[in-house]
Amino acid sequence: MLTKRYVCIICPNSCEIEVEYSEDKINRISGNMCEKGEEYVKKEILCPERGLTTTIKVKNGSLPLVSVKTSKAIPKEMMMKIMDEISNVEVEAPIKIGNVIIKNVLNTEADIIATKNINKKVK
Amino acid sequence: MIQKEIDIVIVGGGPAGLSAAISAKRNGIDNILIIERNENLGGILNQCIHEGFGVEIFKENLTGPEYMQRFIDEVEKLGIPYMLNSMVIDINSDKELTVCCRDDLYKIKAKSIILSMGCRERTRGQICIPGTRPSGIYTAGTAQNLINLRNYMVGKRIVILGSGDVGLIMARRFTLEGAKVLAVVEILPYSSGLPRNMAQCLDDFGIPLFLRHTIVNTHGNRRLEAVTIAEVDENLKPIKGTEKKIECDTLLLSVGLIPENELSKNSGVIIDETTGGAIVDENLETSVRGIFACGNVLHVHDIVDFVTLEAEKAGISASRFVKNKLERYEMIKVNPGVGIRYVLPHFISTKRDVKFFLRVMKPGRNKMILIKDENRIIKRIPKLRVNPAEMIRFELKKNEIKGVKELWIEMENVN
Repeated sequence: MLTKRYVCIICPNSCEIEVEYSEDKINRISGNMCEKGEEYVKKEILCPERGLTTTIKVKNGSLPLVSVKTSKAIPKEMMMKIMDEISNVEVEAPIKIGNVIIKNVLNTEADIIATKNINKKVK
Repeated sequence: MIQKEIDIVIVGGGPAGLSAAISAKRNGIDNILIIERNENLGGILNQCIHEGFGVEIFKENLTGPEYMQRFIDEVEKLGIPYMLNSMVIDINSDKELTVCCRDDLYKIKAKSIILSMGCRERTRGQICIPGTRPSGIYTAGTAQNLINLRNYMVGKRIVILGSGDVGLIMARRFTLEGAKVLAVVEILPYSSGLPRNMAQCLDDFGIPLFLRHTIVNTHGNRRLEAVTIAEVDENLKPIKGTEKKIECDTLLLSVGLIPENELSKNSGVIIDETTGGAIVDENLETSVRGIFACGNVLHVHDIVDFVTLEAEKAGISASRFVKNKLERYEMIKVNPGVGIRYVLPHFISTKRDVKFFLRVMKPGRNKMILIKDENRIIKRIPKLRVNPAEMIRFELKKNEIKGVKELWIEMENVN
């Protein structure tokens, strides 16, 4: 049996939640003010997910980088793997917000999408 | 020199300036000009590529650039004029601005001015870190600019001083980009960042946080080679014998933001020493009539959505001022009391509903915010949890404050 404390990141109440759990079973959750806290902690223990934001290199752009995000949250342990995958990618300007740069990145069902407009470089 | 006459000049094209301009335009003023010193609009949001923006206003979790683009698109759609690469170098009390551009110098006579210049970072000099002066010491925002906009990685082994949100977000960013963040060092007994940033930026990556510690020395001549950290006592003085040397090539400073008010002072605007921003009334009007302030130049916000809401109000007030429709009521003073660092606005009329922003002195649980006049408690607002990193908003209805001569806002424990 393990006991772990979490700070819930769902809302500004930042509940400190204490959980007792074993291998793949949660025995007791306390300290959360709402059900969302319970959901958050369960997910944190079984399969924690995060949104990933980073940048990708741009060819012939007004800036050398375009900011990107995953279209949905991805398993936490995939973050560094996706960073590696992205490090070799380069895209050609112009780029518009929402453009899909990598589809279904590493089979996570999340796309890498642009979060910034990048114009072509003016010569 | 080119001369111009403008109804509302907006100094700064970041989130505050853009929202203020949109709001002024929608309230019937066409002769508006946004002046931006950078080469594009959007201000600091250009480099804030992380998520967490827009939850309040759009009910969506956007990145900084996405949030900013919505306002830039609106400015373009409404045809609001703006000048880029242009720096206001003076504002005088007659509301005349001197603007320096690449091609010429402008003298602009404004009927009204909205100050939305934002804030800048506190630097090494301002916190007096002893030691050598090698390269490799950056403010967190500068490092963020270099990494996120210019594709320039600033270091490999990183120590971060200060646990403000920018520092925490950069700790995660550095780790994702393959650098090793060795320590985040915070002089206070608690983090000055949002708890959720502590969780998703530090805990997620196992980055150690040293509370009650500070940096007492830097080593290295050409490039930073190490820093010495030490524990501090209750007076924040380093304790002898607790020193620890950490080898690193980069030190990031995330030690506070300062509203950028040099221009405001030139124009005669009176500054509140606690916030570092202008003293304002419920219209966000400063001590100079017709000059309004909003966003981080007024006080440092933790959430951009609140900047937008505040700037909308400044836009409305400035447009009313230009149309000679800004009511001139007698104002009463609002004072921060026990446990409260500051409360805005500083003056209110009691003739209409007012929204307030406040920050507490230190973190706590089970507190009560008390709104008092000289005789009685007007209102009690319970708070399960308070944190100086999180601004608290509340509203008073005009019937609650009718006839009040002065207000005090205090905090007490609930048993």
